[in-house]
Amino acid sequence: MTDVQVRTTTTLEVGGMGHSVKRKEDPRFIRGKGEYIDDLNLPGQLWMDIVRSPYAHAKILGIDASEALKIPGVLAVVTGADLEKAGLHWMPTLAGDKQMVLPTHTVMYQAQEVAAVVATDRYIAADGVAAVLVDYEPLPVIVDPKKALEPGAQVLRPDRGPEKANNHIWHWESGDRAAADAALAKADVRVAEDIYIPRIHVASIETCGCIADWDAVNGHLTLHMTSQAPHAIRTVLALVSGLPEHKIRVKTHDIGGGFGGKVPVYPGYVLAVVASLTTGKPVKWIEDRSENLQADSFARDYHIHAELGATKEGRITSLKVKTIADHGYTDAAADPSKFPAGLFNVITGSYDFPDAFVEVDGVYTNKPPGGVAYRCSFRVTEAVHAIERMVDILAHEIGKDPAQLRMENFIQPEQFPYKTPTGWEYDSGNYPVALRKAMDMIGYEDLRREQAEKRARGELMGIGISSFTEIVGAGPSHTFDILGIKMFDSCEIRVHPTGKVMARIGVQTQGQGHETTFAQIIAEELGFPVADIAIEYGDTDTAPYGLGTYASRSTPVAGAATAIAARKIRDKARLLAAHLLEANPDDLEWGSGAFSVKGSPDKKKTIQEIAFAAYTNHPQGMEAGLEAVDYYDPPNLTFPFGSYICVVDIDRGTGQVKVRRFVAVDDCGNIINPMIVDGQIHGGLTMGFAPALYEEIAYDELGNNLNGTFMDYLLPTAVETPAWETGKTITPSPHHPIGAKGVGESATVGAPPAIANAVVDALWHLGVRNIDIPMTPQKVWRILNEKGVAL
Amino acid sequence: MSTIHVSVTVNGERREADVEPRLLLVHLLRDTFGLTGTHIGCDSSNCGACTVHVDGMSAKSCTMLAVQVDGREVRTIEGMADGAALHPLQQAFWDQHGLQCGFCTPGMIMQAAWLLEQNAAPSEGEIREGIAGNLCRCTGYVNIVKAIQQAADTLRAVDAPAEPATAG
Repeated sequence: MTDVQVRTTTTLEVGGMGHSVKRKEDPRFIRGKGEYIDDLNLPGQLWMDIVRSPYAHAKILGIDASEALKIPGVLAVVTGADLEKAGLHWMPTLAGDKQMVLPTHTVMYQAQEVAAVVATDRYIAADGVAAVLVDYEPLPVIVDPKKALEPGAQVLRPDRGPEKANNHIWHWESGDRAAADAALAKADVRVAEDIYIPRIHVASIETCGCIADWDAVNGHLTLHMTSQAPHAIRTVLALVSGLPEHKIRVKTHDIGGGFGGKVPVYPGYVLAVVASLTTGKPVKWIEDRSENLQADSFARDYHIHAELGATKEGRITSLKVKTIADHGYTDAAADPSKFPAGLFNVITGSYDFPDAFVEVDGVYTNKPPGGVAYRCSFRVTEAVHAIERMVDILAHEIGKDPAQLRMENFIQPEQFPYKTPTGWEYDSGNYPVALRKAMDMIGYEDLRREQAEKRARGELMGIGISSFTEIVGAGPSHTFDILGIKMFDSCEIRVHPTGKVMARIGVQTQGQGHETTFAQIIAEELGFPVADIAIEYGDTDTAPYGLGTYASRSTPVAGAATAIAARKIRDKARLLAAHLLEANPDDLEWGSGAFSVKGSPDKKKTIQEIAFAAYTNHPQGMEAGLEAVDYYDPPNLTFPFGSYICVVDIDRGTGQVKVRRFVAVDDCGNIINPMIVDGQIHGGLTMGFAPALYEEIAYDELGNNLNGTFMDYLLPTAVETPAWETGKTITPSPHHPIGAKGVGESATVGAPPAIANAVVDALWHLGVRNIDIPMTPQKVWRILNEKGVAL
Repeated sequence: MSTIHVSVTVNGERREADVEPRLLLVHLLRDTFGLTGTHIGCDSSNCGACTVHVDGMSAKSCTMLAVQVDGREVRTIEGMADGAALHPLQQAFWDQHGLQCGFCTPGMIMQAAWLLEQNAAPSEGEIREGIAGNLCRCTGYVNIVKAIQQAADTLRAVDAPAEPATAG
């Protein structure tokens, strides 16, 4: 038995919360009938392709498009000079920085957009790109953010003005520096480590793209695009272009994976809009994989120095963290505006200690915009990696079992709601139970015995733990906004006369299964079968305004809005039922999709009968219809958590790390669909496993991207990926209407340190304290060789 | 640019087109024939989103030219269901939650179909090896493996001769 019983209150046919309802979206996908952006073609459509810089930093001396324009079918070549005339060569980023749409004089990273070619066909557009001649004068390149901060370093962004003549973007800190310093000074044991978390790329299997469709007659722009946040895009477009917002429609269609990479506004989208405005025709732009891996926004790139203080028994007393964040040439992160380092100050993790201080400095380099997302937008992965590595180092340093040390330092169940030293209030948790469950599932004590035996024989086996706390559901409007837009989310529900339901949500789906799970929330609240509920999203003309899907916020925020909107409908349904039953509303009780008179269960009206009455027999003085909308402003974030245990064997001949077993016990509060939750965890684990062992976007000293194709950027295949073992505990969120917490990113956040801890655990006795991810065979073999144990 | 005439049977139907010699098969299928179930995920044959069958062999259609299928038979995801009846692999991917965003799914199903034609009862390891040329970013492969196992069971049950009735 690995799983707790998930509570259900509805029949499987109704399919409310807790049922593993098969997905409503799947019939189209399994038949090849999904509609992804490149599947869509509009009459008269043109194609756009992009000329990109081979240099990471260079002056543009000239652009010669004459040969390109001679190619039959090439209609236009757009350059930065063209955009400058309309003031469209710069655009704001979601972090309030500026990003070039096209450069007018200097390129800042390899593969930066330099010009756009518009043609009648995708092949001809590519021919045009090849024929555009750009004359560059290479400039010195800064790829190391520490060098970027050195006095006298060349200033990469002189556009910021003379008062900001450096490469420092911002400083952010949280906690009490003096208290953390004092506690560290008094600590019996102090462990310190430098931990680098490299650049990685989400690499959703579908790249980014759009079709911009300008209707000059009606002055209306439709932008079909791969966006996780279509409403935010519409507002940004209105602000940048000056087009009235009601004349802009953003439509997303099906999206082939997002993971945060489809939140930002990329220059390609804006260029397609400009091309459509210019030509009066629909213009399509689809990235290829190399463009996607080289130019889209990246995640991580955090240089962390962490110091942990503890008593000699291993009771943690304090944490101090200093971090340099490489944001590339512009800060295009999608963090809430008050949080330039995201929610990195959740770095105190699952542990109860009084003093912490964390500071982060954002830095410009000659790289594409970084700090965006990789299945975690808000720096939680970096925080969890740092604290879980440090706790493990502390345990090894004082010779205590890492599980035992965690147990002794956990925030205890009775301490919730728990206020952290960096200001968060954790809503609920039961960390010891989750870790104990993971230990039982994997047979922890037996594994430790096996490890001791193997070590005596010279075999390298390691066991790693990660007991993480996630922070999702951004967020309360008093604290959270992006470009000033508060981070509420929304749902609108309309019940039709025949008892069928249409609901529209402010969040997007990129594979999460919202068409199913949001229908399940409504089924739970109102008793309509899931089959009778259609969920719509991703069309800004029809969906209520919302901030979109990223940072695991759909269920915590829009899911709550959906439950509340359904409850508003139930409130009205009660009045309608009272009218139909000629009873006092207070004498009615709700259950199994019907209102009945208390004490007379046969006197009842089903929700379907009530829906019909809302249009055919509503009482005088009451508005007809049965619909509701809710914009939900969460009172707090939610804090999913879990404990993961990983067993690795290291090949002394090759340095290859083999994940033998991986047990993941997750707690995401109440569960809407157990099948989908498991699927989210499987996927999340794989996107934690990938950067731990394989994936990195690395640059050479000239700023060349060394991982620009799937030949070099190694997504795990089915062969490497472990057969994940999952278990659950359920600790509902006390403040969320359905007690749910969100689950999409937990496993990506929690998995990397479990694997890193396992590898270091296998090697600690050789004097290894830390290995930065990805722990590639080459990197591990070099360490084995250095320690004299390589075969 | 000069064109070459291609005549190809796609999902049992004769299709004709005059194509540039450089046109990729995946673009012939998607842009010329409108069969957009076959997807493009990379430029380097790594991801397998474009997997189709050419004369019964699994092939990555982003790395074949359209002219190479002249006179041959191509099967795509759109040719897998028999009217309203799903192919056992399609049914199994749905039953086992073997897809999330759905983008890799058509290629994954086509590769799995070829795999099961080669090996009707693959082990878990053989399934994982068999789909190693198809990347999925959402599912972690666990449920894809389960789906292929379910489809293998279903297909073997269909193919197995009926048990003779025992005299009672």
